Amino acid sequence: MPDGYRLQSPPGPEAVIIEGLVKTFDHGKIRAVDGVDLRVPMRNVVALVGPSGSGKSTVLRCINGLEIPSRGSVWVDGRLLTAKSSDLDAIREEVGMVFQQFNLFPHLTALENITLAQRVVRKWPKDKAEETARAQLERVGIPEKAESYPRELSGGQQQRVAIARSLAMSPKLMLFDEPTSALDPEMINEVLEVMLALAEDGMTMVVVTHEMGFARAAASTVVVMDQGRIVEQGPPKQIFDSPREERTRQFFEKVLHH
Amino acid sequence: MPGVGGASEAERTNLDPPMSERFRFNARDFPYWLVAILLALAWMGYLILTNDQYGTAFDRIEPGLTTTIRATITGFGFALVIGLIAGLGRISKNVVVRNLAITYIEFVRGVPILVLISMTAFVIVPQLSDALGFDNSTVDFFWRAAIALALIYGAYLAEVFRAGIESVPTGQSEAGRSLGLSAGQTMRKIVLPQAVRNMTPAIGNDLIAMLKDSSLLSVLGIRELTQENKIYTSATFQYKPGYLVLTFFYLTMTLILSLLLRAYRKYLGLTDA
Repeated sequence: MPDGYRLQSPPGPEAVIIEGLVKTFDHGKIRAVDGVDLRVPMRNVVALVGPSGSGKSTVLRCINGLEIPSRGSVWVDGRLLTAKSSDLDAIREEVGMVFQQFNLFPHLTALENITLAQRVVRKWPKDKAEETARAQLERVGIPEKAESYPRELSGGQQQRVAIARSLAMSPKLMLFDEPTSALDPEMINEVLEVMLALAEDGMTMVVVTHEMGFARAAASTVVVMDQGRIVEQGPPKQIFDSPREERTRQFFEKVLHH
Repeated sequence: MPGVGGASEAERTNLDPPMSERFRFNARDFPYWLVAILLALAWMGYLILTNDQYGTAFDRIEPGLTTTIRATITGFGFALVIGLIAGLGRISKNVVVRNLAITYIEFVRGVPILVLISMTAFVIVPQLSDALGFDNSTVDFFWRAAIALALIYGAYLAEVFRAGIESVPTGQSEAGRSLGLSAGQTMRKIVLPQAVRNMTPAIGNDLIAMLKDSSLLSVLGIRELTQENKIYTSATFQYKPGYLVLTFFYLTMTLILSLLLRAYRKYLGLTDA
């Protein structure tokens, strides 16, 4: 990776452009991301993989401004992300985010979870919001759970509601932060199937995941990270079958052998 | 895939015990304390109804009841507003706002309630009337008392609100912000509804505490229950009937509030001893 400053590129057709991203925590003592450049073209699926603590989630959280970069620039859909809250709210409306812990709102039903942002942010009337919400629940395969509260749903169902909640805002880009890591093994597939269907529909996605099978099947690009830097990136076939870097090989040996 | 949801639903229904077991007598969990307090109240009530001395004490103290309740409700209403504002200020990222809130909270928590009540009535309100140019005498002592209670309990409730807001996982506000809600919308629609649910037991405890602390307003000469008792006993030296009736009033009210609170905690599914 080139170090130091680069000329800032003009916004391209990419959904996301990240240049020279550095993110430090604890007054610079912890360097979570240490100079990352990444491009996510429209309709592509980028899988971020790597050992825990390698900075994948932090990169993802910088894309919708849940973390503000310490250095470098992030463009989302042609807009430079800054710490200004009006910019952030506008960008976040167009970027869906799915969390490891689902983060459904426990005091609202599945339907209300989905309609909340449409009604508060988009100012849609109740009927229109509910119609969209039901369509999205149908899309993730659980239309019958509209009136259920999160605590009445299994982990897999909760995560599918969370995906529907993001989809209902018609995002141009979806971010997934280890969406299956908190699930019991038997529920992982129902969530991955929804994500695969999304990818086939042409949704632009950035996915932090430990599911190598999913990365191989759905990703257009696999990005391997370690210690806050990108070790190597390329099409899944190349990365999984003939990795160039020793660190990539070591990582896959650990992941695939248990 | 369809079997998964079904299985966990079945487990959930099994968690509810059958009706017969829910109402079975349980010697370990039986509320003996409640029986003891109810017996004490019944004994006091019996004295009030059958004994002239106690009956007279009751009639003399009872006029203070509405003032006690009014002062508590008014004070608590304002305290909730002040508490919410100070609690939000306490966790604000703005250094000035945060320090203003902490200064207020620590000041109030560091001075006895009795001192603060007199200080509000005799120092703060007159000083404010000088500074803001309204006539000091237009603020009657009931309002001085209500302001004092609101300022004191606002600081206590600020900590309750802070803890309640911090009890909501950060993932909740991150999810809200990720959906495009502003910080204020996230607070109002997502964080506060959950926080209030978590805070209700603590708020209820503070309401009970304020009801009892309203007795301190007697130092201002406000004719609430304690003041009426003071007037009655100093004129008649009937200390035993006076204080017993006074206790009867407070204990009845706090017991009702406490039982309501327990019922609500049970409704929320919080364990109770």
